[in-house]
Amino acid sequence: MPVDELRLEAELHEVRDRIRMFELDRREFLRLCTGGLLVSLVSGGALLEAQESGRRFGGHALPQEVSAWIHIDADGKVTVFTGKVEIGQNIRTSLAQSVAEELRAPFDSITMVMGDTDLVPWDAGTFGSRTTPTMGPQLRTMAMNAREMLVEAAAERWKADPAKLVAEDGRVTNPATSASLGYGEITRGEKLTRTVVGDPALTPATEWKVAGTAEPKVNGRQFVTGVHTYPSDVVRSGILFGKVVRPSGYHATLVSADTSAAEKMAGVQVVRDGDFIGVVADDVWTAEQAAMKINAQWKVPPQISNAELFAELKKGAGDDGQSEIAAALANAEVKLEQTYKVAYVAHAPLEPRAAVAEWTDGKLTVWTGTQRPFGVKDDLVQAFRLSPEQVRVLMPDMGSGYGGKHTGECAVEAARLAKAAGKPVKLIWTREEEFTWAYFRPAGVMEIRAGVQKDGTLVAWEHHNYNSGPSGVGTPYKIANPVTRYHEWKDAPLAQGSYRGLAATANHFARETAMDELAQAVGMDPLAFRLKNLDDARLRAVFVTAAERFGWGKEKSTATRGFGIAGGTEKGGYTAACAEVEIGADKTVHVRRLVQAWESGAVVNPDGLRNQVMGAMVQALGGVLFEQIEFANGKVTNAHFADYRVPRFKDTQQIEVILIDRKDLPSAGAGETGIVAVAPAVGNAIFSATGERLREMPMARERS
Amino acid sequence: MAELKLNVNGRVRQVQAAQDEPLLWVLRNKLGLTGTKYGCGEGQCGACTVLLDGRPTRSCLTPAVAVAGAKITTIEGLEQNGRLSPVQEAFLEEGAFQCAYCTSGMVLAATALLAEKPHPSEGEIVEAMNGNMCRCGTYPRIVAAVRRASLSVEKKEAAHARG
Repeated sequence: MPVDELRLEAELHEVRDRIRMFELDRREFLRLCTGGLLVSLVSGGALLEAQESGRRFGGHALPQEVSAWIHIDADGKVTVFTGKVEIGQNIRTSLAQSVAEELRAPFDSITMVMGDTDLVPWDAGTFGSRTTPTMGPQLRTMAMNAREMLVEAAAERWKADPAKLVAEDGRVTNPATSASLGYGEITRGEKLTRTVVGDPALTPATEWKVAGTAEPKVNGRQFVTGVHTYPSDVVRSGILFGKVVRPSGYHATLVSADTSAAEKMAGVQVVRDGDFIGVVADDVWTAEQAAMKINAQWKVPPQISNAELFAELKKGAGDDGQSEIAAALANAEVKLEQTYKVAYVAHAPLEPRAAVAEWTDGKLTVWTGTQRPFGVKDDLVQAFRLSPEQVRVLMPDMGSGYGGKHTGECAVEAARLAKAAGKPVKLIWTREEEFTWAYFRPAGVMEIRAGVQKDGTLVAWEHHNYNSGPSGVGTPYKIANPVTRYHEWKDAPLAQGSYRGLAATANHFARETAMDELAQAVGMDPLAFRLKNLDDARLRAVFVTAAERFGWGKEKSTATRGFGIAGGTEKGGYTAACAEVEIGADKTVHVRRLVQAWESGAVVNPDGLRNQVMGAMVQALGGVLFEQIEFANGKVTNAHFADYRVPRFKDTQQIEVILIDRKDLPSAGAGETGIVAVAPAVGNAIFSATGERLREMPMARERS
Repeated sequence: MAELKLNVNGRVRQVQAAQDEPLLWVLRNKLGLTGTKYGCGEGQCGACTVLLDGRPTRSCLTPAVAVAGAKITTIEGLEQNGRLSPVQEAFLEEGAFQCAYCTSGMVLAATALLAEKPHPSEGEIVEAMNGNMCRCGTYPRIVAAVRRASLSVEKKEAAHARG
């Protein structure tokens, strides 16, 4: 199957085929907004995103959808309603900047209401680096329309020509008469509404005054003082604490459970529902003690371990071992055929899954950490056979996700416990639960066959990805008739799903390592070899920028010090990284320096962007060097931070990001693709020092 | 359940806790101080860091009954009369967070470090902070923030010396 057709679906393995409905009543919403100006947008963008989310409309006409609203009240306070959520990627700030820019309103007059399913229009979720390229322009379009409406209303009041009026800093002014009205004064007492269709001309990035600047995180002070309420911090009156008794392995069935000891504990309620066993208590500690006293016997079917993973994976994903480019390969002067592997890795967000559920008069309200509030809402509607208007999901800015919080298990569990208890219940997954019962970035095997002429011209290319996914499997290099394929493994042993960058990390690791191997085979410098085979000007630019800043080629590798380079493009972001590694005694690897160039069109917030790209590089180091989920017989055997090593201060010595701001190009998302170039750059650096080619991630196991 | 008196952020608070109940849950669920975070419950991530008589301590592994005599400082206790501490200021100025779930623990670990060693080298900062995890990967910014806080303390000392 061609990769492009598969891509959208395969990127979201964990999003199963559910029908989602948009049920918020706009008239109701309009009633709730007191006087003022309300702009909503009906555009193709929301529709496109609905399709990307894996929603299926079963042949019905696609509904027109409103993607966001902007409201301006009588005091000039601007409220933006969007289904996108803030998980550390800083869109609460960057989206507000975009609105402030087009509205010509002060940045601090803008409040973002995000991810509350009773207040915001339906949204597929916050993933796929879609917020900046999709929601950004939608909000800008609405803000620009709001500005036009305000100018027109002021012009009418003053009997002036709207074209002669100026909107600036939250006011409309008539330069001819010096008359001036704040936005709130213009809207006072009236209800102005407009639904926008189409794509008006937005302010070019070269003229941005608020967007494009390093505006600090809007509510930063709440975070350094501990005041911000994360999902796990939500408190309700009379709240109880829950705990779920977990099966002893995946795909387990409950044989028996003795809950009598737990039931005897003061203030403890045991909740049983089929194979679900949970407890609630007045405090977390008691709930944990009670859960431990439950003696449950489970039957766990035999399952493979990570030692057998790759052999099973190749079989399961239907490897036929046949090259599809045999003819092109036969004519190549130098041939390469190699296999690359990546392990299962965990997202390990520092805030585990958490939910607070409350039932009031048949209505269920859940505060939870998720990248898909409407998806979780649907889960709750289905789990409890409710109608959509009976369920509200709120998503307070949470302790990160990295693609790992698309699902709603914790919300459903908390709601189940709260329903039985008749009181609000908080459930926070333990670290072990988060490591075990969430889902993982898929392991994968990548096979590359390639041919090159002795002068360094690429002549044949074939790249197969088994299981980890199709993202980034295509090659950006000049090559006639490349073959790139993704092979799905339906019986994967672990739940697998989205992750920052998806399979682009694995596929870039394979491709950029193979490119290095080819460069070495024809005796060319790895950068020169890439540039010789690369037409894409944006990708060339990041390669050259990173290399210049790093001082590529200025020093020769030694047995203890190596240099590597790699790059690529995905989701509209272009990146190239240079790595310096030090090989210590007993082959200990230290990544001493990383320099990465990044370009994703016009920069909306350089500080936030730099932070994202740097964070992606740091996270990348974990997968490169030591992150790996170990499992056997349906259990994760390293479900603790003591056993599952993630990057720490000592691993991240010199990390530099160089941003290229292309104000002439639309802004792309940047939360993900910064992760893709680090693995091959580090691997290539290790090779340049040691002559040893590492084709499997993670590359180093920690010595204890 | 034992009746405890805990000295938290300069106030004596009366609370009931089970024998082995971690300070973390008492702070968060019984005293309403949710700025202290659960990250792993195993002392590996540092999100639950509080100061006990100034020393950085993992509240997830510390029974509340064991600290009844200590001065406990949580993230909520650093701001004084509406003024942020130098470390809090520095984290804001450097933008040293993304999701910021680790920030409480980071700020307290850094506060303890600077109290003991007002002008740490970069190596000393890394060494002292290495037990605190930031999965978003903002480590270089956190190091910069600690250095900035250290310099701001230095400036204040200098201003003080000049009278």
